[in-house]
Amino acid sequence: MVDDITMADYIISVENLEKKFGELVAVNGVSFSVEPGEIFGFLGPNGAGKSTTINILCTLIKPTAGRATINGFDVVHQQSHVRQSIGLVFQDPSLDERLSGLQNLRFHARVYNLPAKIREQRIEEVLNMVELWDRRKNRVSTYSGGMKRRLEIARGLLHYPRVLFLDEPTLGLDPQTRNRIWDYIIQMRKREGTTIFLTTHYMDEAEKADRIAIIDHGKIVALDTPGKLKSMVGKDIITIKTDDNHKAAEEMKERYQIEARNDGEELTFEVAKGAKFLPSFIKGFGTTVLSVRLRRPSLDDAFLKLTGHEIREEEASFNIKTMARQHGRRMRH
Amino acid sequence: MNNLRGVYTIWYRDILRFWHDKMRMVGSLFFPLLFLFVFGSGLSTSMGLLGPGVDFTQFMFPGVIGMTVLMSAFMAGVSVVWDREFGFLKEVLVAPINRATVAIGKTLGAATIALIQGIVILLFAPLIGMSLSLLTILSVLPLMILMAAALGSLGILMATRIKSMEAFQMVMQLFTFPMIFLSGVFFPPEGLPSWMNFLVKINPATYGITPIRQVILGTGAGSPFDIVLFGHTMTLWNNVAVLAAFGVVMIILAMWSFSIQK
Repeated sequence: MVDDITMADYIISVENLEKKFGELVAVNGVSFSVEPGEIFGFLGPNGAGKSTTINILCTLIKPTAGRATINGFDVVHQQSHVRQSIGLVFQDPSLDERLSGLQNLRFHARVYNLPAKIREQRIEEVLNMVELWDRRKNRVSTYSGGMKRRLEIARGLLHYPRVLFLDEPTLGLDPQTRNRIWDYIIQMRKREGTTIFLTTHYMDEAEKADRIAIIDHGKIVALDTPGKLKSMVGKDIITIKTDDNHKAAEEMKERYQIEARNDGEELTFEVAKGAKFLPSFIKGFGTTVLSVRLRRPSLDDAFLKLTGHEIREEEASFNIKTMARQHGRRMRH
Repeated sequence: MNNLRGVYTIWYRDILRFWHDKMRMVGSLFFPLLFLFVFGSGLSTSMGLLGPGVDFTQFMFPGVIGMTVLMSAFMAGVSVVWDREFGFLKEVLVAPINRATVAIGKTLGAATIALIQGIVILLFAPLIGMSLSLLTILSVLPLMILMAAALGSLGILMATRIKSMEAFQMVMQLFTFPMIFLSGVFFPPEGLPSWMNFLVKINPATYGITPIRQVILGTGAGSPFDIVLFGHTMTLWNNVAVLAAFGVVMIILAMWSFSIQK
């Protein structure tokens, strides 16, 4: 009983969640809790178990073991209540392009059981929020990518969900549109106390999260505020370019006992006080240094340290995949 | 109440889509009309009367209505695969409505569209020298709905199992034309070679088209167009019972399959 009471305090509560696809363990004992009104970032390389976890939380698939509740409802045994409590903006488009924006929202309002009285008023409100009221009667197929995304966000918020899942909500959108979309999200959170569950490959977006969980190989490898995650990397990051990186790496090891990462082009290493270290380092270094960069650790670095991948690489490969798919779809039209 | 709302919403969307896409209407009526007028007129003169006062075109007319119903009923399955391909199915699957009601809504949507298209074909009756009474027309409508619902459920059942658009289209083509050819659209279902006789008898479309023909041609017992099953000549109600039984099994399977699909 005590367990249930603590679980109810959290809007999302996940305990030892596990999902196997045959031999493959996609999610391997994941536990975390999200407080109401939080923006919770969920990051990880592709194939780390992110999508599987989200699919379990939004009732699309059943876990092999473990338990998860949303808004106090069990995702396996109280599916209908969970579905009513959440809004989703998927990575891939999920609009009916043959219908108008208004018709898409009316469909949503009906299946989410919004009373007829408030339905039209609510639709007008969210359409105004995402600035699509003027285009409401146009077919979605005539919308731009950014407009479609905005419509999906409006739809996700239409039934005032307790939790809004945003799976790569701004992927492939221009910075201006991304900013606008974030304005709506923040606005909604302020007004309704909506909890946001976010996955993203954009670091600036992840920075907006109150807390971030990093998942890798089906396990949570870190869970903290963006600030604390960055300080886990601890040291300053120096990137140098020399006329012989291989030789320079050897020298680093001998002289400073520093293991530098060589990506072929540049050497990257970490030191505690970068600004103090650099002047004497360059003066005394045997290999000619062509360029130097010094920076404070970013979320990217934390991500790299924890998972061994860069977030950006993932993003690039992902975009190509998405583009190929969308291209394929267009061809079939 | 909740379930009714789900059925209505799913149904309404399919009707809206149909309404937005008027070319689909023209497109799906093209084949049946081609068969009726080109095939029918071409063969009518050389074939003479197939039954008392019934020439080939008139014989084929109820079959062509059934063929139209069958083709638009299968569109229910196509629309499920289509929704999956374009992502909209996800919006439906995470919605707080019973999944089984989605299957029913889709089936009813297909039945409604099939009914509209069947009625359009009915309007061509005077052109082939048939005059249908209001009572005849009113009796055909429920038969068309039943046939569309039964075959629509079959389409949905297949759509929940076959996930890719390409595979589904291929399977649909493999089903559609044999089902049409082996259902008595173009020739009476009796007096066929035994292998064909077997296929005609196990084809659910046969039990949709035959009663439509029985009503439109007003043929009583002993007509050369009736089905004989195990020595028993199938009456209108016998046929309807077979089709309804098939339909009930299909809709239950479709509802179940939709509920467990990911």
